[in-house]
Amino acid sequence: MSPTGAAVRAGVRRGVIELRNTFTNFQDLWNYFFPTAVLLVAMFFMRGATVPGTTFSLGARTLPSALGMGLAFGGMLVLAQQLVVEREDGTLLRAKATPNGMLGYLVGKITLMSAVALVSMFIQLVPALFFLDGLRVTSPAAWFTLAWVAVLGLVATLPMGAVIGSLIENPRNLGLVMLPTMGLVALSGIFYPINGYPGWLQAVAQVFPIYWLGLGMRSALLPDGLAAVEMDGSWRHLETLGVLGLWAVLGLVLAPVVLRRMARRESGSRVAARRERAMQRVV
Amino acid sequence: MTAVELPGVDAAPHAPDDHLVLDVRDLRMRYGSVDVLHGVDFTARRGEVLALLGPNGAGKTTTIEILEGFRLRSAGDVRVLGVDPGRGDERWRAQMGVVLQSWRDHGKWRVRDLLAHLGDFYAPYATDRIRRPWPVDELLDTVGLAVHAERRVHQLSGGQRRRLDVAVGIVGRPELLFLDEPTVGFDPAARREFHELVHRLADSDETTILLTTHDLDEAEKLADRILILAGGRIIADGSPDELARRVAGDAEIRWTRGGERFVHAATDATGFVRELLRQHGDAVRELEVRRASLEDAYMALVYEQESGARVGAAARVWQTGDER
Repeated sequence: MSPTGAAVRAGVRRGVIELRNTFTNFQDLWNYFFPTAVLLVAMFFMRGATVPGTTFSLGARTLPSALGMGLAFGGMLVLAQQLVVEREDGTLLRAKATPNGMLGYLVGKITLMSAVALVSMFIQLVPALFFLDGLRVTSPAAWFTLAWVAVLGLVATLPMGAVIGSLIENPRNLGLVMLPTMGLVALSGIFYPINGYPGWLQAVAQVFPIYWLGLGMRSALLPDGLAAVEMDGSWRHLETLGVLGLWAVLGLVLAPVVLRRMARRESGSRVAARRERAMQRVV
Repeated sequence: MTAVELPGVDAAPHAPDDHLVLDVRDLRMRYGSVDVLHGVDFTARRGEVLALLGPNGAGKTTTIEILEGFRLRSAGDVRVLGVDPGRGDERWRAQMGVVLQSWRDHGKWRVRDLLAHLGDFYAPYATDRIRRPWPVDELLDTVGLAVHAERRVHQLSGGQRRRLDVAVGIVGRPELLFLDEPTVGFDPAARREFHELVHRLADSDETTILLTTHDLDEAEKLADRILILAGGRIIADGSPDELARRVAGDAEIRWTRGGERFVHAATDATGFVRELLRQHGDAVRELEVRRASLEDAYMALVYEQESGARVGAAARVWQTGDER
């Protein structure tokens, strides 16, 4: 087998092993279930309220939006965070010291992030179906839309996550990305429609992937009638494809350059220096 | 070739040599306006174990990282396994092993999973002569981690973790192995096991090994040749014995006679003692003959380099010896 082929296969196996490892420790399980629990509780209490201008449950509208938000978070922030942490702890340097190890590492991360996104969607969706009504879970068309939005969402967000993770050197600076993202969630109509917002705020929200992932997921799981309360009164699939596609292209162009630059600079003494700094943080 | 080289002495043009695993000529490194390496020269043949010694900040880590291909040099002609490390490809990378000082990477992984996974990357680079990767069970036995194969990496003790680092470094059966301070944090038993492993790698597998250490005793046990890097240059290059003898040629003889202490330095210690006993016989007590050690040589060389002088090596060797 070609070395590249072997590295890709090893990378996929790496992702599978890392996924399995996430089920074996408290921290990772907490990361799976805690945000899910919070969202489910919120949706539970929102189930009686209605989307303005309709009789549809606001809780049921929030579920697909939250799934979209989860994809964006997993793709960008979690990947960025893992890159920063694993650069600090030397995982990346090990990959660099291994033939085609960087390729294997990245394939592994993509595998892991995609699998974690699937698992997270599943553990949100299944319990929510017990108390939320009106979702189109029996329609094959719904699942088809959900699938392409999810895949495109990952392709749009993972490379950007890699770029962010490569540019941040100190784990403490992750907050610089975390806070604006939280603000963006508020803008992006995840928990409440944004039709009432000023036009410029709506414009800002529509630049970023979170809004479109929420919209795409709603278009998959909500009845068609609900499109009327979206902006322009439509699910805007073409626009969703367009904006997420642009982010994907931008990310796929930038990520290899930034990742290569970051990887080139890794060495034992850099990892040692970071370790020293981290130790001082702990004390 | 002399055992102890002065910088610039071996300036003869050098012919490419296929047997050289490491071939470093006039390696220079500059960070901003600070020169860290001023022209480092050395070579290593297949199966040779080299110890790179030197005070902190002498440029050992920089040198090793340049050879590993992790850092670009400023100038000089460097060949590692016949390839310029600045342009090494993945095939080149597959022929070498780097033992990194791990910290908490791969903490959730099982020891066996990690070694099997990293080994997978080397499989396409197996040759008729070298089967790659090293089978996991054999490797676990070799580094003494067989009983811990199913444990998670973060559960290992410090010494076990370093053994895992070594295992990761050799999983691809490297022809060239870099060890940066390999036995820091080892207890004496682990250290001895590690030394045996290094001997085995060098003898039976013909692995060329370049290691850095601050432990002169370890360097003496492991290395065929010792390089001392100080002030950005190789100030000495030779076997441990040669170094000790060249730098501090005299042995030191101490004795007491009639309650009085005597110290004498002599090149022919045996002859001196024979004469001493013939003259004074039973009156000589507490006789002690001490050969110059590698440590004496090291201290003398580094001291000289740092003080900028190069005279009276032996005298200073004994001075430092007396202070202890």
